[in-house]
Amino acid sequence: MKRTIELNGNRYDMPAEVGNVQELLGHLELAERIVIVEMNRDILAKDAYDLPINDRDQIEIIHFVGGG
Amino acid sequence: MLTIGNKTFNSRLLLGTGKYPSFDVQKEAVRVSESEILTFAVRRMNIFEPSQPNFLEQLDLSKYTLLPNTAGAKTAEEAVRIAKLAKASGLCDMIKVEIIGCDQSLLPDPVETLRATEMLLDEGFIVLPYTSDDVVLARRLCEMGVHAIMPGASPIGSGRGILNPLNLSFIIEQSTVPVIIDAGIGSPKDAAYAMELGADGVLLNTAVSEAGDPIKMALAMKLAIEAGRLGYEAGRMPERDYAVASSPTEGLVTI
Repeated sequence: MKRTIELNGNRYDMPAEVGNVQELLGHLELAERIVIVEMNRDILAKDAYDLPINDRDQIEIIHFVGGG
Repeated sequence: MLTIGNKTFNSRLLLGTGKYPSFDVQKEAVRVSESEILTFAVRRMNIFEPSQPNFLEQLDLSKYTLLPNTAGAKTAEEAVRIAKLAKASGLCDMIKVEIIGCDQSLLPDPVETLRATEMLLDEGFIVLPYTSDDVVLARRLCEMGVHAIMPGASPIGSGRGILNPLNLSFIIEQSTVPVIIDAGIGSPKDAAYAMELGADGVLLNTAVSEAGDPIKMALAMKLAIEAGRLGYEAGRMPERDYAVASSPTEGLVTI
């Protein structure tokens, strides 16, 4: 089953082996980074990273950058 | 000591983390500044370049309090969303409300700032709104229960220093919470002046990051803020219109 999501504003075809948010972060090499994840405009707590990612989900990966 | 919410700090310099020439220079500038509060922005990650270095991830986070800002927000709702994202990191519960109402001057939108502040206080954040130097607005924010108010000295990144010392001194006099002069500081004299006016702290970024030698400027700002604070506590002499000799006028000898 092919799943296409919107990831940080871009169309993204989900790799078949990636099922949930934690696995997506791992796939993107972000598992050890300081990030915040929003799914369909809801902020995910870290213990919700096992939520499955479905076709057409909207995911935002946010982080801190330099600023004043 | 500077107390904001339930936290106490030795340093009265809050440092922004944007626009440094390199991470090495930035790290050293942060170290010599002895700042304990660092500001950050919250942004969508460039996930297709995950190897990009990130300054925050290079810090010993046990040493610093993070003050994320809501820069980029134009409405209270957008600011609240950014604040909640920042808090979800589990790294901070402070938020600098920054809602720009004018793209040219980057001055804050007072109405949206008030709205966002109220919403964020309800959500239990430690709220530090960036405001203009409007005396009544500052009072309204105080009455709302903010944890500090941060009036600008002059437009963000302009380096023009303190344009309205009278308004700032009224704000300082009336405030029941710490007043941190934020934005527009250009040189150590501006920072010292802010502290001499009685400010509790200074937040600056570009004055250090865009200095010829950011590390040296970070040290200069730290010393200026300490000097200004000491001067304020000591109480300056009165200004007079005419000279008063420092040497005694009695017992003059003719050589």
